[in-house]
Amino acid sequence: MKRVAKTFQLAAWRFYFSTCVLIALVLLLIWHLARVQVLPGEEKGFEFLQHQGEARSVREERIAAYRGVITDRNGEPLAVSTPVQSLWANPQLLPPHEVPRLAKSLGMSADALQKRIAAHSTKEFMYLKRHLPPQDAESVLALDIAGVSAELEYRRYYPAAEVTAHLVGFTNVDERGQEGLELAYDEWLVGSAGAKQVQRDLRGRNIKELQLLRAAKPGNDLALSIDLRLQYLAYRELKAAVQAHQARGGSLVVVDVSTGEVLAMANQPSYNPNDRANLKPAAMRNRAMTDQFEPGSTMKPLTIMAALEAGRVQSHTPIETSPGYIRVGKKTLLDPVNYGLIDVTKVITKSSQVGLTKVALKMDPQEIRDMYVRLGFGQTSESGFPGESAGLLPNYTKWQPIVQANYAFGYGLTVTAVQLAQAYSVVAGGGVKRPVSLLKMDAQSEGKQVVANAFTHALVRMLKTVVEPGGTATRAKLDGYTVAGKTGTAHKVGPNGYEASRYRSLFAGMAPADDPRLAIVVVIDEPGAGKYFGGDVAAPVFARVTEGALRMLQVPPEPKALIAARGGVR
Amino acid sequence: MSGGDFRRSMPEAHADLRRKAGLMQSLHIDLPLLVLLMALSAFGLIVLYSAAGSELHYVKRQAVFFVLGFIGMFIVAQIPLSMMQRWAPWVYAGGLILLVLVLLVGTGAKGAQRWLGVGGFRFQPSEILKLAVPVLLAGYLSRRLLPPTFKHIAWALVLIGVPTVLILKQPDLGTSLLIAQSGVIVLFFAGLGWRYILGALILAASALYPMWHYVMHDYQKQRVLTLLNPEADKLGAGWNIIQSKTAIGSGGLEGKGWLSGTQSHLNFLPESHTDFIIAVLAEEFGLLGVILLMALYVFIIARGFMIAIKAQDSFGRLLAGALTFTLFVYVFVNMGMVSGLLPIVGVPLPLVSHGGTSLLTLMAGFGVLMAISTERRRVTL
Repeated sequence: MKRVAKTFQLAAWRFYFSTCVLIALVLLLIWHLARVQVLPGEEKGFEFLQHQGEARSVREERIAAYRGVITDRNGEPLAVSTPVQSLWANPQLLPPHEVPRLAKSLGMSADALQKRIAAHSTKEFMYLKRHLPPQDAESVLALDIAGVSAELEYRRYYPAAEVTAHLVGFTNVDERGQEGLELAYDEWLVGSAGAKQVQRDLRGRNIKELQLLRAAKPGNDLALSIDLRLQYLAYRELKAAVQAHQARGGSLVVVDVSTGEVLAMANQPSYNPNDRANLKPAAMRNRAMTDQFEPGSTMKPLTIMAALEAGRVQSHTPIETSPGYIRVGKKTLLDPVNYGLIDVTKVITKSSQVGLTKVALKMDPQEIRDMYVRLGFGQTSESGFPGESAGLLPNYTKWQPIVQANYAFGYGLTVTAVQLAQAYSVVAGGGVKRPVSLLKMDAQSEGKQVVANAFTHALVRMLKTVVEPGGTATRAKLDGYTVAGKTGTAHKVGPNGYEASRYRSLFAGMAPADDPRLAIVVVIDEPGAGKYFGGDVAAPVFARVTEGALRMLQVPPEPKALIAARGGVR
Repeated sequence: MSGGDFRRSMPEAHADLRRKAGLMQSLHIDLPLLVLLMALSAFGLIVLYSAAGSELHYVKRQAVFFVLGFIGMFIVAQIPLSMMQRWAPWVYAGGLILLVLVLLVGTGAKGAQRWLGVGGFRFQPSEILKLAVPVLLAGYLSRRLLPPTFKHIAWALVLIGVPTVLILKQPDLGTSLLIAQSGVIVLFFAGLGWRYILGALILAASALYPMWHYVMHDYQKQRVLTLLNPEADKLGAGWNIIQSKTAIGSGGLEGKGWLSGTQSHLNFLPESHTDFIIAVLAEEFGLLGVILLMALYVFIIARGFMIAIKAQDSFGRLLAGALTFTLFVYVFVNMGMVSGLLPIVGVPLPLVSHGGTSLLTLMAGFGVLMAISTERRRVTL
């Protein structure tokens, strides 16, 4: 009996003891939590842990900036950015067993994806596939695979594709300019990416936007000087001619005489910038600006202009071309037939080698070269186009007569199609040289008088005869507009000097002749279908493009030219 | 033992209980305990809603279990203590059979066999033992002379040891230790001699080394090592504790506000609606929220000890004390493991963590407490 009573006192005592233990433990727990939660300065205390919490979920995310639109002079889009989704993954979060399912939805082999993931195994970011149409990205995201996210990006599309490819160029996958004006004006177009703070969950999904750190600043738009309608016309005609003559390539440049703006610049071969899977470097060159060549007879009028300016000859000065050939040093220069005694105009009309050589040899060679320099040869234009060639305009202290003669009819120097177009636009514009512009100009650019207009007018009158009956380029003649121009058929240079049967066919001209609006140069490289004279190969292209261009620009036809073209009274 | 001796030993308690005898007592409801349990349940549901990702699904399920649990608690409260004492050996024996079955045909998760499927339901037989062991022990010891003799202590240890070992085999170290604890605390309250306690402590200390090397599973050792240095394996074993500590720490004093915790809502915190729910609470309600929750538990435990002290006989006293102490151990172990004070053992936070069977067991335990609290006086003199 005693024992039982004692037990109860003992038991009660044990309850109180237990209570004390419990209170102590509760206090220990609270102290421990306080250390973790509120006490400052604890190692791995709340400051550290709060930072850890944020580091875990708060991320900075790039906001892609909208790249500026490239348009033609009338606002037609040439390069536009469209929103696309780029899928990326955090390899740390991606569960390995999901890889086959992911690969299937991306349309790639599981092995290939596995390899790429392995290559990024230490990273927290890797692109899976970029620039997907939003609905395709959506279908991959719908699989809800941990670590897979999408990012809004922009992809560049080129509505005019191969027609404007060389001029506009293209961007890389990061939308930075790689070629053409996309490269030249990259800084202007690109804008600046913004950033936002987002919260991501364990699976890498964005839960909410916390704040905008920087708004994305869209890039600036760029209006080119070209007129897309004219560009299409030029491209179509050039391509047709290159194909018809089985040529290796070609270029066509149309310059607005009054402003120096390039209204069209086409090249063959071309490429589709929207599909760059099979790009060939040869097709990517903007030949009109990068390829230099010997211009041949298209330089003759410019030599004559130098002779007029130097007072060596007048347009009616008679030149004896009999017997149809002339020896200069060791070389004999030939005309196709003996033209006999002709005046300077006729030298241009017939493109007489003998006549031009005689004029040139009357001159100081520096007079010729000086004229070429003033017209812009041997220098790059101010267009800023990447990879533009300056051409070669050699200078000599002692000019051999044959070098002087060659120079005069366009050999021994190289030019680009754009330089040639600029030179002819100076002739067309009364001797005023304006910088070539690939961008639309808001104000009339300040031209520089480089040749007195008396001489350019005289030259234009001579050039008009080239397309008249008896000239070398009757096929450049237009219905309704007068035309002035000059053919060129230049031997190409091979490994062993000039090649007998490889030519470059050219035509450089302007219209309407009496008040020129356009200067146009057509270059056909190595026509291979038999015909090769500039008058047969390049002149018809010139005629079709010029006629279409003048109509598009609503230049009124000249009655006098209409009558003449129909075999009228004059 | 005679009632007269007993009555003399605690006159105040008698007078107190007699005064309060009324409607609640005849319904076998302990009103303060009921109010506290309801408050805790409500708080638990609010936290659970956030922890489960603002989905009502879990909250509804849990609410259904609460209703079932309260009903079960009322039913258990009606059982006379004498009947509990008589039934305890049978329930205990049934639980042991089920535990053996679990080892033979049980289903498992994460490398352990703990569940037994019956029809469409699954339950853990170890839950039965959580109640059966203290009831059996309290019954066994209260019928003996106290303090217990060496023979009785040895038998008691056998009764504790068999289920403990069976559950350890599943393996479920946490539950087996908690069940052993619930039996041992009965022995302690029954007046276990100090020399035994001291001897046990020395034995336990010397057993640590062989335990570590021969008994504990690798994953169990891993948990202990992780506690000491969670950074050693950040993405593996250390993940849970790092994430939960981050959640608790980033809560600060007042928390980020309900439903605004990033750790749990962004899925960084694993098991956020079950074992680690306290981390959600700590992140969203801060230290103040945790202290509020702890206060509720402390009140419940205090009420449990009051019931124990005022119990009519040694069976009630031992059982109420053991159940209450066990509840505290659950709370302490859970909070301790989530906050990085103790190694991670799968112990849910009583009445707050999502989970059906453990909730029902707990409520049954509170039912036992209420039965003890409202036990009618034996007619004495």
